[in-house]
Amino acid sequence: MAVDFEPKILAFCCNWCTYTGADLAGQSRMKYPENVRVVRVPCSGRVNPQFILRAFRRGADGVLVCGCHPGDCHYATGNYFTRRRFMLMRELLEFNGVDPGRFHARWISGSEAAKFRDTVSEVTRTVKALGPNERFQEASGEES
Amino acid sequence: MSKVGVFVCHCGTNIASALDVFKVAEAARALPGVAHAAEYKYMCSEPGQQLILDAINEHGLKRVVIASCSPRMHETTFRKMLKKSKINEYLLEIANIREQDAWVHADFEKATEKAIDLVRMAVAKALKDEPLKAQTIPITKRALVIGGGIAGIQAALDIADAGHEAVLLEREPSIGGHMAMLDKTFPTLDCSACISTPKMVDVGAHPNITLLTSAEVDAVKGYIGNFTVTIRKKANYVNHDICTGCGACEQKCPVKTDSAFNRGLSKRTAIYKLFPQAVPSKPVIDAESCLKLKNGKCGVCEKVCPLGCIDYGDEDRLVEMDFGAIIVATGYRPAKWQRMYDEYGAGRYADVIDGLQFERLVNASGPTEGHIARPSDGKAPKTVAIIKCVGSRDPKKGHAYCSRACCMAAAKHAHQLIDKLPGSRVFVFYIDVRTPGKGYEEFYDQTRKDGAVYVRGRVSRIYKEGDTLVCQGEDTLLGKQVRVHADLVILETAMEPSPGSGALLGLLGCAKDADGWVTEAHPKLRPVETQVGGVFLAGACQGPKDIPDTVAQASASAAKAIGLLNKDEMETSPMIAKIEEDKCSGCGACGPICPYKAIALEKIPARDPGTGKKIERLVARVNAGLCQGCGACTVACRTGAIDLLGFRNNQILEEVDALWL
Repeated sequence: MAVDFEPKILAFCCNWCTYTGADLAGQSRMKYPENVRVVRVPCSGRVNPQFILRAFRRGADGVLVCGCHPGDCHYATGNYFTRRRFMLMRELLEFNGVDPGRFHARWISGSEAAKFRDTVSEVTRTVKALGPNERFQEASGEES
Repeated sequence: MSKVGVFVCHCGTNIASALDVFKVAEAARALPGVAHAAEYKYMCSEPGQQLILDAINEHGLKRVVIASCSPRMHETTFRKMLKKSKINEYLLEIANIREQDAWVHADFEKATEKAIDLVRMAVAKALKDEPLKAQTIPITKRALVIGGGIAGIQAALDIADAGHEAVLLEREPSIGGHMAMLDKTFPTLDCSACISTPKMVDVGAHPNITLLTSAEVDAVKGYIGNFTVTIRKKANYVNHDICTGCGACEQKCPVKTDSAFNRGLSKRTAIYKLFPQAVPSKPVIDAESCLKLKNGKCGVCEKVCPLGCIDYGDEDRLVEMDFGAIIVATGYRPAKWQRMYDEYGAGRYADVIDGLQFERLVNASGPTEGHIARPSDGKAPKTVAIIKCVGSRDPKKGHAYCSRACCMAAAKHAHQLIDKLPGSRVFVFYIDVRTPGKGYEEFYDQTRKDGAVYVRGRVSRIYKEGDTLVCQGEDTLLGKQVRVHADLVILETAMEPSPGSGALLGLLGCAKDADGWVTEAHPKLRPVETQVGGVFLAGACQGPKDIPDTVAQASASAAKAIGLLNKDEMETSPMIAKIEEDKCSGCGACGPICPYKAIALEKIPARDPGTGKKIERLVARVNAGLCQGCGACTVACRTGAIDLLGFRNNQILEEVDALWL
């Protein structure tokens, strides 16, 4: 595997916790790898599994979904749905031949800037080790 | 093709020094749909905004993308700006190239590349933006203040004085909070009761304030401007409508139990007033110690009450009230040091007390009428050790944070000891002395000049030797072990969030930090707002605070609430769920997933596709006033009939796709 492979990772971050935490990481001038691009969503419960499939189809090497900690959701219960949905999602991806290491769901609060930094670094490392996501991309690239 | 304008901000050098803003603008210019791209030093400044407005006119722009700081910072600023233009303010996207790019990456090239990606994503989403119109909702002109300590008292008074109704809720039988327990307040040594009890009386007498004591929040519904709060009025077994507070019942009650107000240093009766100056000045029965309520025997208070106020059958009552604004002022509690510090005796030594117990000892209305006496034998101490940072600045045993008020409390206690017990010796063990505040450093200096001995170091152990308590620790300035044979030890304990505040924050939907303090909307620029619209915070519920800071914050928070209540109606976010009724099958999967009960099924007239006959069918309808725009329903919808305005499925998918253009 190429050592200089730089994965592209898409992160869906809820506006109230993780996006705020990511902003705080910036305000605290923490450093983390450049590989992650954040899509802001109101709540992790807004993230439709379709979005993740689409990202993998388009060539995402990894996808990260982040929201408030269970019990701390800005919208009271949204992240409980996220939690259940993405437990299933992981299995579905694995069943379809996507390494579960490419998909992560994490809870990061608005004050956990360090956790955001560490999560991004860790996910980048994991995905880098897995190499480019070719399999899923090719399989579905033809039909769309 | 819709014309998008892209505006890249340098943010001084914040962004421009970390990535190539010119290259970002150049790349943006080449994107499909982009008609114009520019960069400028400060887009949020007046000339920056004018530059955007001029470009909109000049190039006939239809949508705007601004690559700058986080949308959490200036999205509102730029929306307001667009209101001055021909463009709807929701045809705006922000690419966060500061907090999530320039500030977090060290590689110039890679940061530039990422910024270009972020702009491309924002442009793709902007192309799918649609004009939205904010709705207006009426505002209930009444504020709820939760917590009747000095913060809640001040906030309620300010709101009431501004002409709005305030309901002050306190779970104890009287307002007053911790300030009512204090003897004197630093640095001016005002008598605490003399300055706080008049405010308490004002609260009780103010025509705009409804005081609800022995009451707690049971449930919260609604949103900014329109909260419905269920308040539990706890049974207190005394009819306060007719009680005059004569006190006959308290004199005759045979029960003696520890007085929490006196921090266990004295006893009280089962029917009791929290303290003599309580507001309301009426007794309540503590069901846990009352003989009549526990086992049906006694009933003395009922017999002696001249007005027949006693009602042993009293029950908790739930009342619903509407509010436009809520202020959280739940305060703190002193840390339970006994559980943290075994080496300080874990509560085995009666003469190791906390600062609040000392306040009661030195207080003229306290159990000893202000005579400083050891709890064990009632003797006046000759040598006193004060230990600071008990539970604070000690992440291993207590909390990492500094409790802020204890340095000054320790100096005050040292001063009071020297003042009231001439010839006594006072040793203050400290890690650092922190006295930022008006007149604070001077007060601390004076205390040292008066004779308090400050020893730099933590006490590692307290043990009993004869009649004295030996405080052993290292004087880190001398590098030597020291032992102080003290008659009394005062622990300046950490502040912790008030018990139950976590559950309350859960009901309100407010975030708390790892230590349990309320999180403010912005630590610097929105310090008294929470992340929930219409819910404000005041005092130590946000973090350790002394009285001047608490009162200042309470007034600030009241000003925010007043600003909200002064309006008759307000705009709500139009970014809410929208249902395409043609697609909706009426399955109802969306209803139960909605945290706000904003979706209900309704019957609408329709035609049977087979026979063409008129029939009725079910469709889901969204209540725009209740929907908060979380989007959970959109994912649950089986037919894809529900979408979230501002974050539509196709907008998010476009963003995803744009990353791999």
